[in-house]
Amino acid sequence: MHTNLSPSTLPSTWAIQVQSQLADEERVLAWLEIDLNTQLHFASGLVVITNQRLLSRSSTDATWQDWAYRQGLMLTRRDHSGIGSLELVDANSLLARWRYTLSNDITASHLIEHFVQQLSCHLTGEPPPPPVQTLCPKCQRVLDVPLPPGQEECSVCSKEKHMPPSTWTLFRLWRFARPYKWRLFAGFMLTLGSTAATLVPPYMTMPLMDNVLIPYQNGKPIDTDLVALYLSGLFGAALLAWVLGWARTYVLALVSERIGADLRTTTYEHLLKLSQEYFGRKRTGDLMARIGSETDRINIFISLHLLDFATDVLMIAMTTVILVSINPWLALVTLLPLPIIAWLIHVVRDKLRTGFEKVDRIWAEVTNVLADTIPGMRVVKAFAQEKREAARFRMTNQHNLEVNDRVNKIWSLFTPSVTLLTEIGLLIVWIFGIWQVSENAITVGVLTAFLAYISRFYLRLDSMSRIVSFTQKAAAGTKRIFDILDQTSSVPEPANPVHLPTVKGCIELRRVGFRYGTRSVTRDISITIEPGEMVGLVGHSGSGKSTIVNLICRFYDVTEGAILIDGVDIRSLPVAEYRKHIGLVLQEPFLFFGTIAENIAYGKPEATHEEIVAAARAAHAHEFILRLPHGYDSLAGERGQALSGGERQRISIARALLIDPRILILDEATSSVDTTTEKEIQKALDNLVRGRTTIAIAHRLSTLRGANRLIVLDRGSIVEVGNHDALMAREGHYYRLYQAQARNVDTEDDLQLDITPKVEGNRI
Amino acid sequence: MINQLDYWLSLNAFGRLVFTGQDGQAQEGVVPVRAFPITAPDQGIALIDPQGHELAWIDHLDELPDALRVLVETELSSREFMPEIKCILGVSSFATPSTWQVKTDRGETTFVLKGEENIRRLTSPALLITESYGIHFLIRDRFALDYHSRKILDRFL
Repeated sequence: MHTNLSPSTLPSTWAIQVQSQLADEERVLAWLEIDLNTQLHFASGLVVITNQRLLSRSSTDATWQDWAYRQGLMLTRRDHSGIGSLELVDANSLLARWRYTLSNDITASHLIEHFVQQLSCHLTGEPPPPPVQTLCPKCQRVLDVPLPPGQEECSVCSKEKHMPPSTWTLFRLWRFARPYKWRLFAGFMLTLGSTAATLVPPYMTMPLMDNVLIPYQNGKPIDTDLVALYLSGLFGAALLAWVLGWARTYVLALVSERIGADLRTTTYEHLLKLSQEYFGRKRTGDLMARIGSETDRINIFISLHLLDFATDVLMIAMTTVILVSINPWLALVTLLPLPIIAWLIHVVRDKLRTGFEKVDRIWAEVTNVLADTIPGMRVVKAFAQEKREAARFRMTNQHNLEVNDRVNKIWSLFTPSVTLLTEIGLLIVWIFGIWQVSENAITVGVLTAFLAYISRFYLRLDSMSRIVSFTQKAAAGTKRIFDILDQTSSVPEPANPVHLPTVKGCIELRRVGFRYGTRSVTRDISITIEPGEMVGLVGHSGSGKSTIVNLICRFYDVTEGAILIDGVDIRSLPVAEYRKHIGLVLQEPFLFFGTIAENIAYGKPEATHEEIVAAARAAHAHEFILRLPHGYDSLAGERGQALSGGERQRISIARALLIDPRILILDEATSSVDTTTEKEIQKALDNLVRGRTTIAIAHRLSTLRGANRLIVLDRGSIVEVGNHDALMAREGHYYRLYQAQARNVDTEDDLQLDITPKVEGNRI
Repeated sequence: MINQLDYWLSLNAFGRLVFTGQDGQAQEGVVPVRAFPITAPDQGIALIDPQGHELAWIDHLDELPDALRVLVETELSSREFMPEIKCILGVSSFATPSTWQVKTDRGETTFVLKGEENIRRLTSPALLITESYGIHFLIRDRFALDYHSRKILDRFL
């Protein structure tokens, strides 16, 4: 079926070898490059499926091994902690075993598919069936559009390549600065003007010295008109510098604040688009630190430090021009320490950058410790572990100190060194200047002007050296922001989206498999759920119930197989549009800060009051809401009205009812409440379920009485399907589960309390 | 000290471990699993059947008769894969994701580190690096690495 998998696409090191092994009429159909040997050492090898046999060789083998197709041959794969093993067995024994790292797993399953096809074709004599769908040749994903010619992998495959962000991260900020480029330009011109204005006063010292003070010492009276002229020039320049400096700072602060705000919003918007998988991996504290303080740091960098730096560069350039125009030789001597300082900056820069990156990381760590403990404060207190938590925080802080100390060691040496060089520079100018004055090569005024310039000049150099650290900090911050921005969602939006205006609600899972890290959570699940049908998912904790729901909601994408809604792969639908058709009621209803009405209308903010009340009535929430002091306008959510678990749940049911979804998912919707409340919720749920395709997960099997079919899962696979009676009659897996629970029911009713704590929560 | 074992293990033609319990019932495809693979690898090993149920618990590998211990050890060694990094040859960039080229006790390889948070600090001085496909690489003593490796590693810590 995959004609492009000819030997020409084999890795070049293998192609020739394989070619020499092939008989006439023999074609390579699939191959797997293995990267481990049987002792689990890194070594390359190859397994090839042809239309006649299976061939293999590892780099340590002297010759090729081969197995022709015959009755009883089986090729299976398993995986464990990141390595897969492919086994070839016949009816009696193991023939061969290959090991590979999971980067090759998809190819391995592809290889097995070919093997099975070829084997059955050899045994029955029938040619293999032609492919029915366009699949990505690399990952076997069902594609919404056939790949353009010349492209060998789908967007998901190419996304998996790991591209490190470029080191010139700061320049990437330009994307955010571009909308403000004219204002930035204006700011730059103002900088130019104000810097030029500040350079006037030192220039004035020259004529003041030579034309007024020295002649006076030599006995001439002071020319008051000349003095007034010079001094008013001085004052005017100062005034101009003040006005221009104010305008410049204001314009640039305005722009930088806007860039910072854009950066923050864009990052947050991007974050919202990322898949559940990303949030599972990242810690809240770290993400909060990135969006909050990093953007602020970048902001300050642009508005203060970058501005200062630009001023400094301009000032140095202008001063150099002025100095050279007055006296080139003296200018040369003055500028002597400049290269040395530049070199010093260069040396320290590298060390500081890594240091500051570390400081940032450790700072995120400190925030993480807080974000971890504060929500769990009840547990900390209940187990009296305050001391331990304090110690953990102290330890992180200690680490923070150590890292900071190391950075400061370099940093503290840096500034005084620059100051020392400045002083030495001044000394050199004095020596050279006095000698020149004594030779009558320059006037005293020139020397004074030089000294006035140079003290400013070096002062700027000193502050300029400071930019190094700020730039590095901002660059590190920018990198961390762009880490988020560069993250592509693992549930990508389709390139050519298919739109489903109406959804009937037929869900089909076609050989679905999902892997979380190295652990494969579900395997080979195929179910078709008819429109309007209610299906219950049953099984022990960890049997993959929640995973299936997460996959159907597309919080994650399947690793194998496909999920189709009304016959369309959900990966080809726009994510948000698809999720609009799904109503989700979770075990732990999450209420946002806001009024009850806002919470009910969360999925449909434009809902009218009538709609909200109708939804609340249907969810049996209307009456208790009316009992609240402000009715529908009472505050819910954090620090809001204290609502019981059952009340919160009914609000979340009303929320799901309001959007009127075709597909409804109840993930342990009644597990966290007692049995009496459950009955009330159940009534609300009955209203909700009516006429919708429903997938319900329940730990308590009694909740699933209304289900048309029950699907019993065990360790990621379907073991039984049928209604309650049929499954009970079968006395299989479901029967045992039911029996085990029936024994507990009595105690539960006595206690009026659910004693089986749910451990699944937000886990996958 | 050695308890009388009430089960027996053997290896079948398919290379699978077979567990024979007290009732004489043979269970094929039994796997030994270490309970504390990093902190106490030789203590607490469970024998798990293909359904994931525990069949037997071994407090310490030493308490097994030699024949069985060898069986368990070979099975463990063929399943365990935690290459120990001996030397970091190079990294594609100091910003993640970054491709690392390393020398391990199982030969040279490359892997992709997705983020700094995938380097986990175990009890000092050990580190555990999880690559993009979930394979764990162990650095037993980061201070014992050569200068070049330490310098690279330091940029990520």
